[in-house]
Amino acid sequence: MNALLSARDIEIRFGGVVAADGVALDVFEGDNLAIIGPNGAGKTTFLNICTGYLKPQAGRVTFKGRELLGSSPRAITRLGIARAFQIPQLFAEQTVLENMLLASASRAGRLGMFTRLADIPQRAEAEAILEQVGCSDVKDRVASELPEGKRKLVDIALALALKPAVLLMDEPTSGVASSEKFAIMDTLIGALRAQKVTSVFVEHDMEMVSRYANRVAVWSSGRIQKEGPPDEVLTDPEVIRTVIGS
Amino acid sequence: MSLQILVLAALDGIAYGALVFLVAVGMTLVFGVMRILNVAHGSFYALGAYAAASLGIAMAGMGLSPWLAFPMFIVAAAVVGITVGGLMERFLLQRIYGYEETLQLLVTFAVFMMLENVQRLVWGVQPYFYSDPLRQLGNVNVAGITYTAYQTLFLPLVALAVLFGLRFFLRYTLAGSVIVAVTEDREAATAIGINARRVFFLTFVIGVTLASLGGALASPTTSVLPGMGAEMIVLSFAVAATAGLGQIEGAAIAALLIGLGRSMAVFFAPEFEVVMPYLIMVLVLLIRPEGLFGKTTARKI
Amino acid sequence: MLMRVIFPAIVLLAALNPLVFPQWDAFLTIVFAKALPVIGIILLLQAGQVSFGHAMFFAIGAYTAGFVGRWMGGGGELFLLLLAALAASVVAGLFVGIFVVRYRYIFFAMLNLAFSMVLFSLLEKFIHITGGSDGLRISRPTLLGQEMSRANYEFGIYYVSLALLALAIFGAWRLMDSPVGHAMKAIKSNETRVEYLGISPRRTLLVVYVASAALAGVGGALVGVFQGIATPDYAYWTRSGEFVFVAILGGAGQVLGALAGSFSFEFIRVTAAAYLGDTWQLTLGLMLLGIILFAPAGIVGSLVNVGNRWRGRRTREKPSPLGEAKEAVR
Repeated sequence: MNALLSARDIEIRFGGVVAADGVALDVFEGDNLAIIGPNGAGKTTFLNICTGYLKPQAGRVTFKGRELLGSSPRAITRLGIARAFQIPQLFAEQTVLENMLLASASRAGRLGMFTRLADIPQRAEAEAILEQVGCSDVKDRVASELPEGKRKLVDIALALALKPAVLLMDEPTSGVASSEKFAIMDTLIGALRAQKVTSVFVEHDMEMVSRYANRVAVWSSGRIQKEGPPDEVLTDPEVIRTVIGS
Repeated sequence: MSLQILVLAALDGIAYGALVFLVAVGMTLVFGVMRILNVAHGSFYALGAYAAASLGIAMAGMGLSPWLAFPMFIVAAAVVGITVGGLMERFLLQRIYGYEETLQLLVTFAVFMMLENVQRLVWGVQPYFYSDPLRQLGNVNVAGITYTAYQTLFLPLVALAVLFGLRFFLRYTLAGSVIVAVTEDREAATAIGINARRVFFLTFVIGVTLASLGGALASPTTSVLPGMGAEMIVLSFAVAATAGLGQIEGAAIAALLIGLGRSMAVFFAPEFEVVMPYLIMVLVLLIRPEGLFGKTTARKI
Repeated sequence: MLMRVIFPAIVLLAALNPLVFPQWDAFLTIVFAKALPVIGIILLLQAGQVSFGHAMFFAIGAYTAGFVGRWMGGGGELFLLLLAALAASVVAGLFVGIFVVRYRYIFFAMLNLAFSMVLFSLLEKFIHITGGSDGLRISRPTLLGQEMSRANYEFGIYYVSLALLALAIFGAWRLMDSPVGHAMKAIKSNETRVEYLGISPRRTLLVVYVASAALAGVGGALVGVFQGIATPDYAYWTRSGEFVFVAILGGAGQVLGALAGSFSFEFIRVTAAAYLGDTWQLTLGLMLLGIILFAPAGIVGSLVNVGNRWRGRRTREKPSPLGEAKEAVR
């Protein structure tokens, strides 16, 4: 089976710190791949590399067989790889709906100058995504006024509005109240499955991993230490010692 | 013949580059520490020139020794820097450090408009000429070209002295280390008890004093007239941007490059005198947007 | 409210004005023409970018009108001159824009200033083409093929300026609410995310930059043909500064701010210039500081805020595009 997104021999260091030293990782269609590992291991760096924000010193990243390294985040987004952020990246001075409509307009190639943003035909679909992630109630609020949990969800909704083939998420439920975490992840994973979106998420919460991932990759000391189904990986003594126990 | 012109152009370019360096290094220092681009920086150059020219003419009128002009330049520059610069920092800039970049730009632009007007009110629109110090130092002969010692030797020496003086100051003195600390990490510096306000004040006064020193030293080589500040602000920005904003040593090299480029244009394609510095800047920025010696910083996401 | 009621009312009043106060025509023509570049500045401010060099396009418009008029013989035809000015400023806007949209904030502002300084000095230096600092005389063009007396000509230009301004305000208002306009605001608050939505910030800025250059060019051409001359001063930094000043004065949050600002600015100039004399720039600088520090929403923005409070709406419509003043350094 061919990988949808595939990284090979990735090497990147910042000064003396080695974040990746020969990382190889495949993401297959339909995956919900969780990346776990100690803090500062380079998991976010991996997302930055896959989306063109950082360039590694060596290695290759391909998407559907196409080389991604050297492309800008914009070009990679247009290929169908969307990204959600650990710290929500919203347009602070605009309303939640305007944030969403901008994403939808971009995806649909409707960046015109004389039609109103609020009148684009994709409006219903943008509102539906907000409904899915439980943010309809705040759609007319200015993004900077939202509580952290909502900001996080809107951030993911922005990525979903791009209708990506692959969605990369960086700790999707950090900052969300723990009472809501599972409900939100349930709908999110449901939505991903319905739209046939492949997902990769960096996660610290092992309960989230065991519940929602079909595969887990352990990133430690600049390498993929172990990879496999959650029940197998999460019970591995070495993984328990280096990641879960810490 | 053409070799002689080349030598002449080179001497001229070095002298000019030395002056531009003084102004640009002040701008780049202020930017490096305070993250503010002072659009009024060129006005300090003009104020320094006017102050020096009128003091010099007054001193000559009193029959004082022309040698006194040299200490007078420093005094004039310091007076302008400390009074006008100090007031500007204390009563205006301190209010806007938390503002967005666009607002900060607009505030210093407003000061620029005001200072240009104040100049005209005080000194009128007639040009001032004050070339005594130029004659005082006499001429030197370089490769068959007779050129003033003031421009061939004195100006470049002052520029080098300022360059190495600044390096020494920033690296080996307490005040300098404090400035560097604030430049590199303002929050950490404030956390260990450094008074960022005082550092900003000091930096700003030093920066604009350098600009007015540039103006004072320029006054014997050119007629002092309205508009010179506006020209200098874009020119010193071109130097600072070519080097990479905040780069002190880089500013020296960029100033030399742009000074030489400009004087070559003066001698070989006079219509393009004004275009030359920007052409150099545009070319550099097209290839290296962060400047020759600048570093890129990526936003953390 | 602002654009659906007040704007049409102002346009209607302005259209009727020559019948009531014809002595205001000349003054208002300048107000309308100079509001055009200010609209351009306001558009760029949506993305948080300020240009200290837009006078270059103003000058390009005026000189183009002059050259084309001379080339056509007599004074040429007004609408052709305006078209030529539009074309020239669009081309110049593309040329400069492709370069400057790569940069933000300080660099954007200063590179625009640098380009305008270059144009200014070229206009002064190439005396045999441009007439140097004396400027280029622009003869009175025909209007739709008609030779006009001076009075009729000024009457005609008044309505042409008004129509173009109304069109520009309407267009800019639509633009600000369009996907491109929202992308501009998004560039200001989070350019990285704009990239991650697959939108090109540079292309977005370039489109708007060219539009702003075109507005400045047409404004310059109108002022040029109205005053009968184009001088290098049209490209000088003081004029670029004026455009920015007027945008901030009127209020950069609303397109209508351009008209309010332009009117107030010209009014102050006409009434107070006699008293201020040599301290004109000083006064402008002080006013600019006052607005930025104490009323960053400008005239229209402040009126909107007052109106909202009066109607009992406590939330402000939108934050000032200049941004909020955050707390100072300790």
